Formats: sequence, structure tokens, C-alpha cells
Amino acid sequence: MVEPILSEPILSVRGLHTSFAAQEGTVRAVDGVSFNVFEGRTLGVVGESGCGKSVTARSILGIVERPGRVTGGEILLRPGDGGAPVDLLKLSPDAMRKVRGREIGLVFQEPMASFSQYYTIGNQIGEGIRLHLGLDAKAARERAIELLDMVGVPQPSRRVDEYPFQLSGGLRQRVMIAMALSCDPRVLIADEPTTALDVTTQAQILDLLRELQEKKGLAIILITHDMGVIAEMAHDVAVMYLGRAVETGPVRDIFRAPRHPYTRALLRSIPTVLAKPRSRLPTIEGSIPHPFNRPQGCAYHPRCVEIIDDQCRTEEPPEAGPETHRIRCFLHGGHKGAVA
Amino acid sequence: MITFMVRRLLLGLFTVWLISMLAFAIIQLPPGDFVDSYIANLAAGGATVSADEANAMRKLYGMGQPIYVQYGKWIVRVIAGDLGESMEWRRPVAEVIGDRIWLTLLLSFAALLVTWSLALPIGIYSAVRQYSLADYVFTLVGFIGIAVPNFLLALIILYTAFRYLGMSVGGLFSAEYALAPWTWDKVKDLAWHLPLPALILALSGTAQLIRIMRANLLDELRKPYVVTARAKGLSEMRTVLKYPVRAALNPFASNIAYLFPYLVSGSIIISIVLGLPTVGPLLVRALIAQDVYLGGAIVLLLGVLTVIGTFISDLVLMWVDPRLRHQLD
Amino acid sequence: MLGALFGRRKPALSQAERFAMATQLQLTWWRFKRHKVAMVSLFIVALFYVIALGADFLATTDPHATDARTSYIAPQPIHFFEADGSFSPHVYGLKGVRDPRTFKLVYTVDPSRHVAIDFFAPGYSYTFLGIPTTTHLFALRNPERGDGIFILGTDQLGRDIWSRLMVATRVSLTIGLVGVSISLFLGVLLGGISALYGGIVDTLIQRTIEVIRSMPTIPLWLGLAAALPNDWSVTQVYFSITIIISLLAWTDLARVVRGKFLALREEEFVMAAELAGASTGRIIFRHMLPSFLSHIIAAVSLALPAMIISETSLSFLGLGLRPPAISWGILLQDAQSIQSLALAPWLLAAAVPVILVILAFNFLGDGLRDAADPYG
Ligand SMILES: Nc1ncnc2c1ncn2[C@@H]1O[C@H](COP(=O)(O)OP(=O)(O)OP(=O)(O)O)[C@@H](O)[C@H]1O
Ligand code: SF4
Ligand SMILES: [Mg+2]
Repeated sequence: MVEPILSEPILSVRGLHTSFAAQEGTVRAVDGVSFNVFEGRTLGVVGESGCGKSVTARSILGIVERPGRVTGGEILLRPGDGGAPVDLLKLSPDAMRKVRGREIGLVFQEPMASFSQYYTIGNQIGEGIRLHLGLDAKAARERAIELLDMVGVPQPSRRVDEYPFQLSGGLRQRVMIAMALSCDPRVLIADEPTTALDVTTQAQILDLLRELQEKKGLAIILITHDMGVIAEMAHDVAVMYLGRAVETGPVRDIFRAPRHPYTRALLRSIPTVLAKPRSRLPTIEGSIPHPFNRPQGCAYHPRCVEIIDDQCRTEEPPEAGPETHRIRCFLHGGHKGAVA
Repeated sequence: MITFMVRRLLLGLFTVWLISMLAFAIIQLPPGDFVDSYIANLAAGGATVSADEANAMRKLYGMGQPIYVQYGKWIVRVIAGDLGESMEWRRPVAEVIGDRIWLTLLLSFAALLVTWSLALPIGIYSAVRQYSLADYVFTLVGFIGIAVPNFLLALIILYTAFRYLGMSVGGLFSAEYALAPWTWDKVKDLAWHLPLPALILALSGTAQLIRIMRANLLDELRKPYVVTARAKGLSEMRTVLKYPVRAALNPFASNIAYLFPYLVSGSIIISIVLGLPTVGPLLVRALIAQDVYLGGAIVLLLGVLTVIGTFISDLVLMWVDPRLRHQLD
Repeated sequence: MLGALFGRRKPALSQAERFAMATQLQLTWWRFKRHKVAMVSLFIVALFYVIALGADFLATTDPHATDARTSYIAPQPIHFFEADGSFSPHVYGLKGVRDPRTFKLVYTVDPSRHVAIDFFAPGYSYTFLGIPTTTHLFALRNPERGDGIFILGTDQLGRDIWSRLMVATRVSLTIGLVGVSISLFLGVLLGGISALYGGIVDTLIQRTIEVIRSMPTIPLWLGLAAALPNDWSVTQVYFSITIIISLLAWTDLARVVRGKFLALREEEFVMAAELAGASTGRIIFRHMLPSFLSHIIAAVSLALPAMIISETSLSFLGLGLRPPAISWGILLQDAQSIQSLALAPWLLAAAVPVILVILAFNFLGDGLRDAADPYG
């Protein structure tokens, strides 16, 4: 894996909070998440189901549905012309619409459900092109065909007039990627892009993403359950637990020496990193608490095998560690007693 | 697609056959045979029928033969366009029915259009602005629309217009055109009279469709493809109208297909209250007076035309749904 | 399998199952209680069934008794106090006046003659739950011929509309219940079979439903109802009409049942029960049925108003129940012509309970459905 040179991040998420106000109470789905995404690099976001990965992705695009709302933090996007970073949360709805699809593309887990079954794929790809690049219907169609060709859809000029239900799952996901890249965005968010696919197709889609990244210098946020995928694809990792990023850093450091007890448990749960790329996370001891009763103190303490003392149960561990490798755990800073 | 069409067509033919059996049953069910009552009827009017004539008639209608032979003879004559004689009117049934059958269909179709054009936008609005004041108001009006049987609504409107406006609403034509032959002015007169009964007829169906549309759209709004559309940067309005509304339209359209028979049914009752020259009043009178051929013919015609209407809406539905269209394989 | 469907033996409930069942209905009830409009509707529906039960008790005059002298009397309020302020419930009496032009004797209200009202007083005789009695909620103390309590006025034949309305409520509401029971039976049976057997049986039943749904029902009802012999008794006609209505009304219920069956078959707890080796009958009656009982209740409360409308419409057209039977439809039949309406608008009184009950049932059914299936 080639290590591109670190520079200023394209996208920087700082202390993001998103919550859902339900009748029964408020769910803090994202509760202080920070990470950076760089040009030509992939940030892998991992964590068990319900930890807030998808909500984070939607918060970045400003499409959290009601009753959800981003309640705090900053999402800084560095403009293409090199100007000062813009906080997406402060943009007007109109300006934000120009970011969606144009600057940041989104790929979903469920390629079938993510397409409307009533329009041809050419229509659905061309829509964003016409909107953002101002091309007419004919030119948009041409570009859609080019894009389909680029993502490896055979016979693109025929496929462009077909409906999503006429394609296989793998092709659909390719089309989805073509659609997300239709306006040459600089950031691509892929929310579990391969979960619904079989092993071979999964590998092909990941290859495609990597290839496109090298060609276009894309910054990718890759959301997944699968540590194998992370090992294969990502340069950096953010490990999420109950709405927080508990450990963030370069993939090599984290795989070689995971610091947070949760990350360690996650890594222990895969036998060998590359042997079984599709394995889901085997359950870690204990179950994920319901979002309504988030545990006091360190949210992970009921399941933590390395729990230190009562401080874990009552206080929240602060972010600590070197600038490039942040950890939220008393083992690595903030503990009052002496920790070996 | 072909299979779908063929299946629909076969089903339609089967329904028509079933309806024809029912219509025939209606003709057969009353006690005594039709010729007897016909003769009695003529006798009451002072005319007499010789035994030979009576026997000839019996033979013509296949009486005394097994029931399926009678049915066969009847259906053959019906297909040939001979619907029989109306006892009460002493005229061929086809003549008695005349324009009324088309006016019935016109009224039902107008109500269908009203239903569509009201239910669609209101349903969309209510779903997109769920729990807004207007949503509550529409929901309430919708409930009232469902709760008031349309004959009662017609009755109340009739009374209110008479009592407070001194108007007599009702009818499909002004007095001077009622019996006049068709002219351009008569058509205009009809167009002037049609909206009120169409609206009354449409109300309860509209109320139901609003609820169906609202529920479907609320479902669709939660689907991932809506997020995809938003993520492309489409405006909210465009997102909603192009994607979820399009998807919600499908169950809506298939409900429209079932709405047509419902409207035809309803038109019969409100026609009686509002005195509309449709087949409704004719049917009820024929049934009460046991004018069997007239009653049977109207039931048959309404049934067949409804099946045709449903078949057409099925075809439209198929045409608008790409999934059905592409089921060639 | 059919044998299993109808439960040759009743499997006993285990404690855990009982708890799971109770919670499903319990949950529905809790959610339902939050729905204020639906609660009010439940109360209204209950009230109407109480009226249906005590119809004769609430009636003041024999609903069939005609009297030419009391033809088209306008609604008469009950006065509770005399002019001097003493409490003494009464209505005004009637007096005959000769029309100065036609010299016909017409009866009008005579405010000078007060006829006292007693509560829990004797009136015409009837049977309540099989017990013969003459006690009514209220009745006149010393009525002269023609006197009566005409809260809602009288019809052309001089019959008291209030009393007729009470009895009609009983008829119209029970016809709905009987009809729904028949439809429910057909719906659960055919919907269940359709879902369980699948294949050709399913196709057949589904096509039948489509066929029925694509026929215009009213002409068919009318035709069938008209074919009922004229000399049938009120009861015979009543049951025939109910059956005719329900024969065409079971389709919606069958669709609900089938859909739920299919969805539930995939549910984890059903599979778990299957794995645990429970018999088919046990699975259907102890696991599946309870979990969609609330859906069925909701579907029934939405089907009831449709039944009531059907009966009312048929009778209104003169092809449903026939006099001397009394139902809402029959009462409204008198209001069919604008001439009689102009003369006696109170003939429309029966419209009020029709609308109220149907509205209440709809809100109730909606609330129940939401409560049973908050995410569906
Ligand atoms: N529309 C919503 N209404 C209420 N709560 C929601 C909604 N969407 C998400 N949540 C809450 O946000 C939390 C995070 O959800 P999210 O979809 O981000 O999880 P995830 O990490 O993507 O899980 P998965 O791996 O299953 O996709 C969930 O626990 C859920 O309770
Ligand atoms: S803070 Fe304590 S409980 Fe939380 S992960 Fe670290 S050691 Fe475990
Ligand atoms: Mg997710």
C-alpha cells in the first residue's frame, strides 16, 4: 500500500454531536466524534451496529432525517481552490445542496433499495450531472455512459437505459459508485458498500474504489463492520463505540498496537486479518447497551475486561495520546491513580 | 408483460361470465315463470294472449328446458344485442336504458377524475407536512367523508340547498334539455350540472385515497433511495416529487382500479336521491317491480362495463410500472 | 393440516407463552389509551350498544303504533319546570283545530295543557332479555288519546321518531355485528388457508378476491335482495340481507389475515417455536393468532361501519329490510323526497346516529390499528 504524504485534511470533523428526539427520550446517536480525512487516503470507520456510523455520514452531508438534528461540533471542508476551510454546519440550505453530490459523494450499503425502481439508471446518474455541472440531457447521458464505463459496467451505452432491477447486485453497486462520482467530488463516503455482496464481488468493488482513489486522489470515508476490509483498504481508522470515536489513528499503529480495550477486543475477534475478509465481528463479551441507558462514566466499562477502578464507572475518559493517535481511555491518560 | 395482460384478460372474462350468471339468476329467481307474469301483466292492461302465442314465447325463452339451456339461449341473444323486453315499459330493454348507461359511466368517470385530482395533492401534502395543522384538518375532513354515506350527503345537500338557497339542485339537465335530442347546448348544460353530483359521489373515495396516499408516501419517505436523492443535492421538493411520490403512486393507482366499481355502485344510490337520469333509479324500480329483464340487463351491463373499466386501469397501471413492463422473462 | 387449523385439541399455555401473549395485547391497549380521539370513540360506540340493548326501555311510545292525528308533529321539548318555578317535568298536549279554509281538523300543540311525565313509569309492554316488562325510562302520567312525548317529532303516520330511532339503533347495530362475524369467519378461514397452503389454492382464493372486488357490489346486492320472496318474515329477510352483505365483504379481512400470516411465518418467535417442535395448531393458535389479534380487532372495527352503511343504503332504497322492520335505513327512507323533507326536516334525525357511529368506528379502528402496529 502506497502511503501518500500527509497534508492539510480535506474534511475535518470536530466534536460532532447528533441526536434524535424521540417520545421516550433523546438518543445521542453521535456524541462527540472527531476525525480528519485526507486527499488520496481512506479513513475506515468501524464499530458495532448502532454505534452511529451511518448517522455520522448523514450528519456530514446534512441529511439527518427528522427527528434527528446535529446539535454541535464543526464539519470543516477545505474548498477546492485552496481557500480557508468552510464549516458545513453553518452553510445555508442552498449552499449545502451545492456541496452534496458535488463535493461529497455517498455510496450506500443496499444498492437495490438505494435506487428508485421507476427511473432508468441513466436518468438517476444524469440528474446530479445536470444539476451541478449544468449539462443538458444529452450531454449528461454521454457522461453517464462514460462513468459506467469507468466503473467497469459492460456495454454501458445499453445499460444506461436499463432499470436498477435489471442489474445484478455487483453491477448495481458499481452504478451506485458511478452515480456518487458523477460530479467529480473530492470526498466519497461509502457506507458499508460491500456488505450486501458476495465475496468475489466484494473484492472487485474494493479494488475499484482503490483504483479510483489512486486515479483521482479521492478522499474516502469507508464505513464498515469488517476489520478485514479496514486492513485491506484504509490508511487511517476511527473506532466508534456508542456514538464516540474511542480510538483514531493510522491503521498500521492501531493494528500493530491497539491501545483502547475495545479496539483490542475487536481485533481479537478476527482470527487472522486477511484470511477471512468477510467475517463479521464476532460478538464481544456482553451486549451493546440500549442508547437510552448509556452507561455512566466510560460507556464501555460494563464490557471492559481491563477496567481499572470506580473512576471508569463514574467519569468519562478524556481524549489523550499523540496528535495522530487519539484514545479515550483512562489507561492512556486522565486517570487519577498511577497506571502502569 | 404479455402473461400479465393475458391473465388480466382471462380474469376479466371470468368475472363477466360470473356476472352474467348472477344477472340470469336475478331474472330466474322470482317465483313463477316470466311468461306467466308477462301475460298477467298484459291481461291487467286489457290485452290478451292466445295459448299459441304463449307457447311460442315459452319456446323462444327456452322455458321448461334445463336451466343451462335457458341460460345458453339467453346469453346468445344478449350477445346478439337483444336484451329482452321490459315488462313495465312494454318496450325493448335496450331502448328503455338508452343514454342512461352512458350517463352512469360519465358520472362515475367524472367522480374518478375528481377523486384523483383531489386525493393526490392532498395526500402528498399531508404526508410531507405530517402533523401540521392542514394535515389534521384534511384528516378530519377525510374522516367525515368516509363516515357520511354518500346518499346521506346528497340528501343533506339537497335539503340545505332547498331550504337556505331556495334552489333545487339535482338532475343532470335543465328541464328544457331533459328530453331534447343531443345538441351542443345540451352538452354544455350537462357540463354545468355534472360537477355537484360528481363531487358528492367522489367524496368518500377521495377521503379513503387521501389516507392511502398519505400512508404510502410516509412509508416511501423512509426508504434509502430518498436519502440517495438528497445526497445528490436535489432540492427537497424535487426529491419528494420525483422519487417517493412516484413510488407511492403505484398502490394508489391500483386502488383507483378498484375505485371504479365502487363509484358505479355509489352512483346508483345518489342518482335516486338527486334524481339523476342514470340507470340507478331504473334499476331500483325494475327490481322492486320485478321487471326481470330490465333489472338483469342493467346488472349485466354495469358489471361488464365495470370490468372493462378495471381492465383499462390495469393496463394503465402496467404501463406506468417499469417492473411490470419488463416482466417479459 | 385443516384439522390442525381448527384445533382438534386445545394446547395448554405455558407460563412464558401466556406472558408473551398478554404483553402483545397489553401493549396494544397501552398505546391505544394514549390516543384520545380513539378513546372517546370507544366510549361513543359503547354508548350506542348500550342504547341498542335498552332500546325499548328508552323508547316512550310503541314504535309501530300509528295515529293519523299526530301526523308530522314537530319535535316537542320536555319542560322541566312550571311557570312558578316548581319542578314538574311535562310536555304540552295536543288539540284539534279546524283549518278556517279547508275545514279539515288539524292537530297542533296546545301550550296551555301540560301532560306530566313520570320516570321509570309503565308504558307499552316489551321483553328485556327475555323478561316481559312495561317499565320505561319515562312515560306520560295521564295521556289523552294522541298525547305523546315527541322529542324528535313524528312521521307521516304519526309514529314517534325518537322511539323508532331507539329500536332502529338496535337493528342496525346488530346487523353490522352479525355481518362482520360472518365476514370475519370467511376472511380468517380463506385468508388463513390461502397463506398456509400457498400454491394453487392461494392463487384461486386471491383471484376470487380480485373478481369480487372488480364487481360493482350495489347492483348485485340490489339484485339479490330483490330476489328475496315477498312473503318472507322480517327475521328471514334480516338474515338473508346480512348474509348477502357479508358474502361480498369478507375480502378485505381475508387480505389482512393472509398478509399477517405470511409476515408472521417468517418471524423469529414462530421459527423458534417450530424449532422447539411445537405442532402447527399450537403455532397458529398460541403464537401467531395472538400476535395479530389486535390487527384483526382493528380490521373488524373498520369493517363494521362499512356493513352499517351497506344495510342503511339497501334499506333506504327499499331493497333491504322491509317495514314493519325498523332500521336507520328504513327511517331515512321517509326522508327520501324533498317534499316531505321540506315539510318535516326532523325526518333526517336518523342521519345523526348513522354519521356519529360510523365516524366513531373509523376513529376507533384507526386508533386500534396504530396501536397494534405503530411502525406499519
Ligand atoms: N431515524 C432515527 N430515529 C431515531 N433514532 C435513530 C434514527 N436513526 C438512527 N437512530 C439511532 O442512532 C443510532 C446510530 O444509528 P446508525 O444507523 O448510525 O448506526 P450504525 O453504526 O450505522 O449501525 P449499522 O452498522 O447497523 O448500520 C442508533 O442506535 C439509533 O438508535
Ligand atoms: S476507561 Fe476504563 S472502562 Fe473505559 S475502556 Fe478504558 S479501561 Fe475500560
Ligand atoms: Mg449503518
